Amino acid sequence: MTSAVAATAGIGRRENLLTRLWQGNTGPVLIVVAAILIFWYAMAVHMNAPWQQRLNDRAGEEVSFTQFVDQTWSQKKPLLPAPHQIVGEIWNATVLTDINSRRSLAYHSWITLSATLLGFAFGTALGVGLAVIIIHNRASDQSLMPWIIASQTVPILAIAPMVVVGLGAVGITGLFPKALISMYLSFFPVVVGMVKGLRSPEAIQIDLMRTYSASPWQVFKMLRWPASLPFLFASMRVGVAISLIGAVVGELSNAAGGGLGVRLLTGSYNGQTIQIWAALLLAAALAAILVSLVGVAERFVTRRMGGAA
Amino acid sequence: MTSVVSAKNLSLTFETNDGPVEALKDVNLEIGKGEFVSFIGPSGCGKTTFLRVMADLESPTAGDISINGMTPDEARTNRAYGYVFQAAALFPWRTVAANVALPLEIMGFSKSEQQQRIARTLELVNLAGFEKKYPWQLSGGMQQRASIARALAFDADLLLMDEPFGALDEIVRDHLNEQLLKLWAETNKTICFVTHSIPEAVYLSTKIVVMSPRPGRVTDVIDSPLPKDRPLDIRETPEFLEVAHRVREGLRAGHSYEEEG
Repeated sequence: MTSAVAATAGIGRRENLLTRLWQGNTGPVLIVVAAILIFWYAMAVHMNAPWQQRLNDRAGEEVSFTQFVDQTWSQKKPLLPAPHQIVGEIWNATVLTDINSRRSLAYHSWITLSATLLGFAFGTALGVGLAVIIIHNRASDQSLMPWIIASQTVPILAIAPMVVVGLGAVGITGLFPKALISMYLSFFPVVVGMVKGLRSPEAIQIDLMRTYSASPWQVFKMLRWPASLPFLFASMRVGVAISLIGAVVGELSNAAGGGLGVRLLTGSYNGQTIQIWAALLLAAALAAILVSLVGVAERFVTRRMGGAA
Repeated sequence: MTSVVSAKNLSLTFETNDGPVEALKDVNLEIGKGEFVSFIGPSGCGKTTFLRVMADLESPTAGDISINGMTPDEARTNRAYGYVFQAAALFPWRTVAANVALPLEIMGFSKSEQQQRIARTLELVNLAGFEKKYPWQLSGGMQQRASIARALAFDADLLLMDEPFGALDEIVRDHLNEQLLKLWAETNKTICFVTHSIPEAVYLSTKIVVMSPRPGRVTDVIDSPLPKDRPLDIRETPEFLEVAHRVREGLRAGHSYEEEG
C-alpha cells in the first residue's frame, strides 16, 4: 500500500518535472536550438555542395545522395562547417590538447577572458567615476557628455591598432593594451546608465536628505548609490559583452599575443573555417557566461537589498 | 507662550515660463510652542510652499521668518524640525528599522542610541514588531506611520507634515488622526499640518490657518475652542460643526470655491 503510494508519487513527480521543463523556458529553448541545428545542417549541405561536386567529378566518383551529404558535412575546409565538426574541433583543441600549448583553445580563451575582465573592471570603474562627476557638476555634464558620445562614434577597428602599436612602441605590451580597448568600449553603457541611475532618486527623497542637512557624501552613499544599483547591473550586462568584443578586436592587432581574436585571424589566413567557427562559438559562449554571471551577482545584491523580485 | 514660528510679511514669487507666480504674499503668522496648527486651502494657495519655506526647502523672496529664533537655514542645519512628506518616501532597500535609523545615522547617533530610538518611535506609531519588514511589505498607512516615526526619531521639537494622510482612505485616515493626536499629547511637540480636508483640520488643530490662492495668502486664523482631549465623535458636536462652518466661511471669503470651480 505504502510503496504503491510512493510509486505513484514518484511517477507524479517525474511528470511534474517534465511538465515543468516544458512549461518553463527549457521547452521553447530546445525547440529553437533544434530548428537552428536543422537549418544549419541544411545550409552546410547547400553551401558545401558545389565544391564537393567538383571534387567528385574530378575524381570521377559516383556517390549516393546520403554519401554526398555526409561528404559535405566532413570537408577539411568547408565553406560552412557542420555543427558537429565545430564541436569536435572545440573538444580536440581544449580537452585533448595540452593547456599550455599554443594550439589549445582553452589557452587562447584564457588570454581573451583575462583581457576582457581587466578591461571590464577598468571600464566599469571609469564609467562610474565619470557618472559621479557628471551628476555632481553641471559644467562637466555639458562638457564631458558630448566627448563621451563622440568617443563611441569612432570605429573601434581604427583605434585598436593605434593603441596596441602605440603602446607597444613604448614597451607596454600583453594584457594591458587589449584591456584598454575593452575599457574604451565598456565604459560607455556604464556612464550612461549610471548618470540615469544616480539621478533616479525622487525629488522628495532628495528633499528628505536636505531636511536632515545630510552632506553630499551621505546623500551619495545612502541614497544615490543604492538607488542606482539596478541601473549599474543593466549597464554591466551590456558592458561585459562588449568588453569581450574589445578584447578580441585588440588581439587582431597583435597576432603574437594570442587569444581568440588571433585564432580568428590565423583561421581566416589559412582558410581554416572550422577553426574560425570554433573560436567564434567559444567567444559567444564566453560572453553568455559572463553576462549570466552579472545576472547572478545582480540577483544576489537585489536579495540583500530586500528586493521584492 | 514662546513663539516657535514667526513670519512677518513673508512673500515668495516663483519665476515661471508663464510669468511670475505669487505663491505667498504678505503672510503674517505666529505659532506658539506646543500648538497643533493646520494649514487649509485649495491647491495653489501656498500652504505647502509655506511649510517648505519653514523647512528651508524654498527661499522667501521678501519678508522675514524665524524658527525657534533662527533662520530656516540655521534651523535646518541644527535639525530643529522633522518633516513628513505627502508620500512616505521610505528607502525601499532599507528595512523599517533602518529607515527610521536613516536620520540617526546621518546625525551620528551611537548604535545603541539608535536602537533605543528606533524601538521607542516605532512603539509611538504602533509599528513595534515590524522592524525587519521592507516597505513593500507594508500597507500605505503603515508606510506613512513609519515615515512619521522617522521624523520623530531625532526628537526635533517641531514637526512639519505636508498632507501626510492625503493619499490614504478615510477609514485609515480617521485612525491615524486619532493616533496623531495621542502622539502629540504624549510628546508635546509643535505640529504644523497641511491638509485640504476641513474635518481633519478641525479635528486635529488648536489653530487653523485658512489660506486662499492667487496670490497665496492667509484669509483667517481660527483658534479652536475644542478641548485638547478629542474622541472621534467630537466631530458630531455643535462646537465642532461651528468651527468647521467658520473654516468654510473663510475659504469662501478667499473665493476659493469660485476659483476652483
